[in-house]
Amino acid sequence: MTTQTVAMLAKLGAFLGILLTTVPVMVWFERRGGALMQDRPGPNRLGPFGLLQPLADVFKFIFKEDVMPREADRGLYLLAPVLAVMPAFSTFVVIPLGPTIDIAGQSIPMMVADVDTGVLLFLSLASLGVYGLVIAGYASNNKYSLMGSIRASAQMISYELALTLSVVAVLLPVESFRLDRVVQYQIDGLWNVIPQCIGFFVFLVAAFAETNRLPFDLPEAESELVAGYHTEYSAMRFASFFMAEYAAMTVLSALGVTLYFGGWHLPGVDLAALGIWGVLIGAGVLVAKICAFLFLFVWVRWSFPRFRYDQLMAIGWKVLLPLAIVNLLWVASAGLMGWL
Amino acid sequence: MELAIFAIFAALALVSALVVVLHRDPVKSTLSLVVTLFATGVLFILLGAPFIGVLQVLVYTGAIVVLFLFVVMLLNLQREARRSEPGGRGQKVFAGLGAAAFLAFTAIALWRATGGAQTGPLAPDLVDLQSFAIELFGGYLLTFEVVGVLLLVAVIAAYIVAKRPEPASGSGGDSNPEGSR
Repeated sequence: MTTQTVAMLAKLGAFLGILLTTVPVMVWFERRGGALMQDRPGPNRLGPFGLLQPLADVFKFIFKEDVMPREADRGLYLLAPVLAVMPAFSTFVVIPLGPTIDIAGQSIPMMVADVDTGVLLFLSLASLGVYGLVIAGYASNNKYSLMGSIRASAQMISYELALTLSVVAVLLPVESFRLDRVVQYQIDGLWNVIPQCIGFFVFLVAAFAETNRLPFDLPEAESELVAGYHTEYSAMRFASFFMAEYAAMTVLSALGVTLYFGGWHLPGVDLAALGIWGVLIGAGVLVAKICAFLFLFVWVRWSFPRFRYDQLMAIGWKVLLPLAIVNLLWVASAGLMGWL
Repeated sequence: MELAIFAIFAALALVSALVVVLHRDPVKSTLSLVVTLFATGVLFILLGAPFIGVLQVLVYTGAIVVLFLFVVMLLNLQREARRSEPGGRGQKVFAGLGAAAFLAFTAIALWRATGGAQTGPLAPDLVDLQSFAIELFGGYLLTFEVVGVLLLVAVIAAYIVAKRPEPASGSGGDSNPEGSR
């Protein structure tokens, strides 16, 4: 096997490792952290601090009966969880884990898909995530599920616009779609969150809406729609939707960290000069920053009530979109004047 | 390897395109359209035009067809009944004639463009990101801007059409029509 093949396998392993460990840890933190914020114990019986609870949940999901509604559209019903999980896991491939290093005379970039269309690939794969939700609701043949799906499609289309525009504003001064260039630009100058704080705000709010998290979890609003689009799913298929949501949160956090908080950049340390150690430290820094983002996701979930649907649409189209356009104009004109 | 990927996705594009036209359930048709457009995007990438391929997925697969699906589901279109539509027979004849004419003209256009010769793959300097941008914002700048204005006009027109008539002034104490809905 060539060095490139080995490196590619190692990178894929690292990405899958990060995603697959984040999901159970996040589930644990969602329940324990949420309990802490609401001044109650939460699941604390299994293992130290209840850390083994996610493991028990996995076994429960595997051994539970998988119920399928008789009137469901069989093919689509089985397809939907797969479609929900796939985009969430595949988008991670364009995030750089660390600086490019030389092994055996070959330079090895620290992302799986080293392509010129970097961010665009991320956005286009992420935009496919909505199909899992929509098909799930349609195939279940249940009015609550269908309502959830219709809400999901309208919501995700609306907020994708603001999200994309805020990302465009980051790419403008970098003059590239490549995320490793975005990181390099921030190492050479400031972290983007400082000059583009408006854009970051838009990105953050849109990220909450894109992942269907509170306060924007209307597609599964349990007080109105039972469980929304996944009402009719049980056992491992339900767990797939659950996993897809947490994986989507993780990859969007990774994108946010890379675009606005320097990615794997550790201020004051030149990781590119440290070789393989630079990559390991860089990956650690990236994961730490992602964890900070994920903490914010949980914190907001347990602090804010859900928006009404008309409020959700008003925020998306009348607040976030104009803000994103203002931000884009500011970045473009500042770049024109040579301020950035 | 490349040939295998091409074969798989070309077949997928053709079969799903047929399903779009032939399936009786509008939702299934729309979902097949998703597969068609995604497979076409993959073919673009295989041709050496990753930017256009990714845009195809981002714009068509990820946004426009979601809207189609949204409308189809919102209208709750039922499975088309298994009977021939009013005027079905004449419609089929004209549809066949139209399809044949379209196929013929496409073939003629292709023949004229290439002269029957085999064309090579797209050169990277024609379709990579930078040269694409230089072409688009250089030689085709005016066309690009005109298309932008056209889309803006369409948006304004859609807004006017969809706008509800203003309630007669002074008829009700509804000072906040936006929030009351």
